[in-house]
Amino acid sequence: MSQTIATPPTIRLDSDVIGRPVSRTDGAAKVSGAAKYAAEYNVPNLWHGYIVSSPIAKGKITKIDAAAVLAIPGVQQVFSHENVPSLAWFDRSYKDDIAPGGSPFRPLHNADVLFSMQPVALVVAETFELARYAASVLRIEYAVDEDFNTDLEKARAAGKGFDAPKGKPGFLPPPKPKGDADKAFKAAPHQVEAAYTHHTQHHNPMEMFASTVEWLGDGKKLKIYDKTQGAGNTQQYISKIFGLSKEEAWVISKYTGGAFGSGLRPQYQSFLAVLAALELAHSVRVSMTRQQMFSMGHRAHTIQDLKLAADDQGYLQALEHHAFAETSQFENETETVVNWSGILYKCANTKFSYELAKVDVNTPADMRAPGAATGSFAIECAIDELAYKAGVDPLEFRRLNYTYRDPTEDKPFSSKRLLDCYQEGATRFGWDQRTPEPRSMREGNMLVGWGMATGCWDAAMQKTAAKASLTAAGHLTVSSATNDIGTGTYTIMTQVAAQTLGLPMADVTAVLGDTTLPPAPVQGGSWTAASTGSAVQAACQELGKKLLKLAQKMADSPLKGIAFEDVQFVDGHLRANEDIDRSVAIADVLATSGEATVEAESGAEPNPVNMLKYSMHSHNAVFVEVKVDEDLGTVHVTRVVNAVAAGRVLNPKTARSQVLGGTVWGISMALMEETFLDNNLGRYMNHNYAEYHVPVNADIHKIDVILVEEEDDHLNPLGVKGIGEIGMLGVAAAVANAVYHATGKRVRDLPLTIDKLL
Amino acid sequence: MNSFTLTQAAAADEAVRDFAGHAGAAYLGGGTNLIDLMKENVARPTHLTSLGHLPLGDISSLPEGGLRLGALATNADTAWHPEVEKRYPLLSQTILAGATPQLRNMATDGGNLLQRTRCYYFSDLATPCNKREPGSGCAALHGQNRVCGVLGTSESCIATHPSDMCVALAALEAVVRVQGPDGERSIKFEDFHRLPGNTPQFDNTLKAGELVTAIDLPAQGYASNFTYLKLRDRSSYAFALVSVAVGLEMEGNTIKKARFALGGVAHKPWRDPAAEQLLEGQPASPDLFRQVAAKVFASAKGYEFNSFKIELGKRAIVRALKQATEMSQPLDSNAFLNSNP
Ligand SMILES: Cc1cc2nc3c(=O)[nH]c(=O)nc-3n(C[C@H](O)[C@H](O)[C@H](O)COP(=O)(O)OP(=O)(O)OC[C@H]3O[C@@H](n4cnc5c(N)ncnc54)[C@H](O)[C@@H]3O)c2cc1C
Ligand code: SF4
Repeated sequence: MSQTIATPPTIRLDSDVIGRPVSRTDGAAKVSGAAKYAAEYNVPNLWHGYIVSSPIAKGKITKIDAAAVLAIPGVQQVFSHENVPSLAWFDRSYKDDIAPGGSPFRPLHNADVLFSMQPVALVVAETFELARYAASVLRIEYAVDEDFNTDLEKARAAGKGFDAPKGKPGFLPPPKPKGDADKAFKAAPHQVEAAYTHHTQHHNPMEMFASTVEWLGDGKKLKIYDKTQGAGNTQQYISKIFGLSKEEAWVISKYTGGAFGSGLRPQYQSFLAVLAALELAHSVRVSMTRQQMFSMGHRAHTIQDLKLAADDQGYLQALEHHAFAETSQFENETETVVNWSGILYKCANTKFSYELAKVDVNTPADMRAPGAATGSFAIECAIDELAYKAGVDPLEFRRLNYTYRDPTEDKPFSSKRLLDCYQEGATRFGWDQRTPEPRSMREGNMLVGWGMATGCWDAAMQKTAAKASLTAAGHLTVSSATNDIGTGTYTIMTQVAAQTLGLPMADVTAVLGDTTLPPAPVQGGSWTAASTGSAVQAACQELGKKLLKLAQKMADSPLKGIAFEDVQFVDGHLRANEDIDRSVAIADVLATSGEATVEAESGAEPNPVNMLKYSMHSHNAVFVEVKVDEDLGTVHVTRVVNAVAAGRVLNPKTARSQVLGGTVWGISMALMEETFLDNNLGRYMNHNYAEYHVPVNADIHKIDVILVEEEDDHLNPLGVKGIGEIGMLGVAAAVANAVYHATGKRVRDLPLTIDKLL
Repeated sequence: MNSFTLTQAAAADEAVRDFAGHAGAAYLGGGTNLIDLMKENVARPTHLTSLGHLPLGDISSLPEGGLRLGALATNADTAWHPEVEKRYPLLSQTILAGATPQLRNMATDGGNLLQRTRCYYFSDLATPCNKREPGSGCAALHGQNRVCGVLGTSESCIATHPSDMCVALAALEAVVRVQGPDGERSIKFEDFHRLPGNTPQFDNTLKAGELVTAIDLPAQGYASNFTYLKLRDRSSYAFALVSVAVGLEMEGNTIKKARFALGGVAHKPWRDPAAEQLLEGQPASPDLFRQVAAKVFASAKGYEFNSFKIELGKRAIVRALKQATEMSQPLDSNAFLNSNP
């Protein structure tokens, strides 16, 4: 045996890229406009569909007079329930991968209007402008049904609540009760009993929902460029409804201009565009308007009642968390709202419930950190209130009630570095400089408040496949039908592949967003890095095995007889772990083999044993400074420290961006976001960017992101937890808690606008 | 959006004639408001008389010491004009508190005066709105009226005029110069916009076909003691919930002359001459300011979601008067904005 020399650790190889803050591989394409979105594929002979939305919330369409519209030169067709061909009959054909229980909304199905702004017709014309004009003169008559209710409070007062049923994938029903929460609450010296609410919020991604459907002319073959978080989900939805094969319903989704959950389920423009293309045997594009973006799913208006009690030392004695949320008349959209309280804190006496009430709006939808953003706002404000009552510092209070096991499932966490988040976050923020009394900190004539809160999110993973393909010229392509909704999936796929096969990133291309690629689930739930990353790694390892075999076939191969486990891929070479002199260049392997490409396909899925054994979650701690002009009721979030423990960080640059964006979302939820519902008309009224407020640059000040080191061998081969949603959690509560610290005023109804602080 | 014809007028009288010669005509300034309303089918002109080529973009001094703002001067050029910055800093500050740089680059001073309300219902054809469709009812009265007015409202309409710039122009007692089929005339700023009464479809007192050619500022610009305080839901790119423009002439701590106007509370920039008089000849004091604020809102009427504007408006007046008398730059909303370009 020859001598073994370890690679000196100071030398970083080009291929050693996991964990490095590399820039997005798709960055240049995005900023230069080369990245194409669904509505930007200008396929030849394209017609345009314009959606007509219902002006009423409930009732029936009694008459559609399309004759005048059809007489306009250039108008091709007006689609409505009157002329839609008979499509799939059963509800289940309309169920997409993310659908909750109930009957999914079927566009143009019959004369019923179920919610305001429901699509009731599609006008197709040769140009967009013409379609829009024609839609504006289409006369539709309605029989209005005045017996509707869009007001959740009213539904609650009328006793319309019912326990949220199972049915939606991933929904966890409330944890079972423990101990005697009533008794413990009554007996405890410090109690908090309060209701927390937020109102409807809409996702409002920049990119409007759009589908460009290219008629390929060959039978019923369609190429569907869709705005979605899951090309595969659109494909199965469309193919079931229209009876198309997978080849006929080919879905492409290369770039997504934000979605935040709104693109998990196929939206109605996909249905309408495919319908028109099939019926007219022509390419058609349908794009929503900004106003119509307010007709889709939304974060459900939710009322939460909390009852918490503690002893004099600050130990929790009782914890009750009850949520009451809206859903539509036709589906039971559910989120996991109350469970987070149970996961975060140790308490012997707990009680949970989660009820829904049906109102006449469209079905709510997952929106960034669905359920957790809702639940964490309430529990983290209530904890803050209780800490004050017990006379314990809010951070200390959380440490006192820290749990090393998940109390709701009675399992250990696969990893939980929340204490480090507290420690590192508090240090960076300077929490020890805080004076505990409300109204005790000032700067000039502004009140200053410091508040904090905790967040928790699932570390999930989904079955995903990927393919790796290496050309003789040495270029590696990795592919999967997954999406990149702006999170950086292209980049981390490239990193994982480069690292696994020891190639520089420049020699690797990632391909995604195409249903002809190996199947992947929707991008959501923060599971894509773990799932697609692991699948890419597995495919590259399979490819590596093939390369090793080819290398061993070479004459005088120095790798003869060596097992795959004993080989590493570094710097464009395969070499023995124990002896770097036993090495072959990948280029030589390919050249000698004579193969044009070497390919391998593989996949990854959650480890069922570990899933049973461990509770898997990411955590964060958020520290916020606000300045409040008390006379005028204005709040400015002047400083945020967000410390996140989310397993292994594949790319600190894209990860930080996710947490920054999440933090801004949290500030937005705390201070600005609300879709105003007119309950007389059953209609959302501020349906545009000028009146639905999200922060502008001037609202966002210093945000400090800490990525706390966390190792976890139980999750997935990469040790990744995902970071897309955790950054948002805790922020809204921390802002509300800081406002209380500044002013002594508890506002439990989001958003914290001027009128509530006067 | 309907089809329309368009003429590029080269002179004011040509524009007026072109407008008169086309039924269903509208003047087009920067288009930042009109085009949006056309896309929503709220405005349905069949002809546009485009003003972009009119030689009315200049800002020039007037013989009596005032300043003339051409109707086609952009909001941005006006705000950053050296004479405006020096002599009418209140106007500069006010314009810059509105919209966004991109919008201000397009928006004209004439168009700013004529922008339509931001009441949600006005731009949504699915809803009743007397201003859009006289006689259809006012959905805001019992609906989402958080952005609506509390002063001078009527059962027909409770909308506000959304402009920031006009609030300063009201305080500055500007004069609007117009040219119409019957010739030229001048309108005092306080007479330019009107209250809704039972004809809310009319925002102002312009006669059909009249073109705004200029806005004249009197010599007094209150450059020593002024403030514009705008309270809104975010730090930029949001209309005022309540705003106050103040111009004062001070002698020591005594207020010699006071002009102030409010935005976000009424169908027009709101002035209250009797309240201004309470200030004149008096030493500045918080008590006095509170008294003035109470007077302004004595007749206010709140609706379900906007009653807060009454209290907020009072506090805003007190704060704005304080800022203007002390010329202090407290850490308020505007100061935050300035520290974050
Ligand atoms: C998203 C958004 C946010 C905004 N935020 C603010 C804000 O915070 N504060 C604020 O003050 N404003 C705000 N604005 C409004 C903006 O200031 C106005 O749209 C702008 O001033 C209008 O000027 P314009 O030249 O573009 O008018 P146009 O859109 O061209 O015209 C508006 C109206 O004026 C008429 N008109 C135009 N010029 C003349 C003339 N010379 N004579 C007679 N009639 C004329 C037109 O026929 C039309 O009816 C905002 C606008 C938008 C779109
Ligand atoms: S307040 Fe005026 S603009 Fe608003 S709905 Fe009523 S009539 Fe229309």
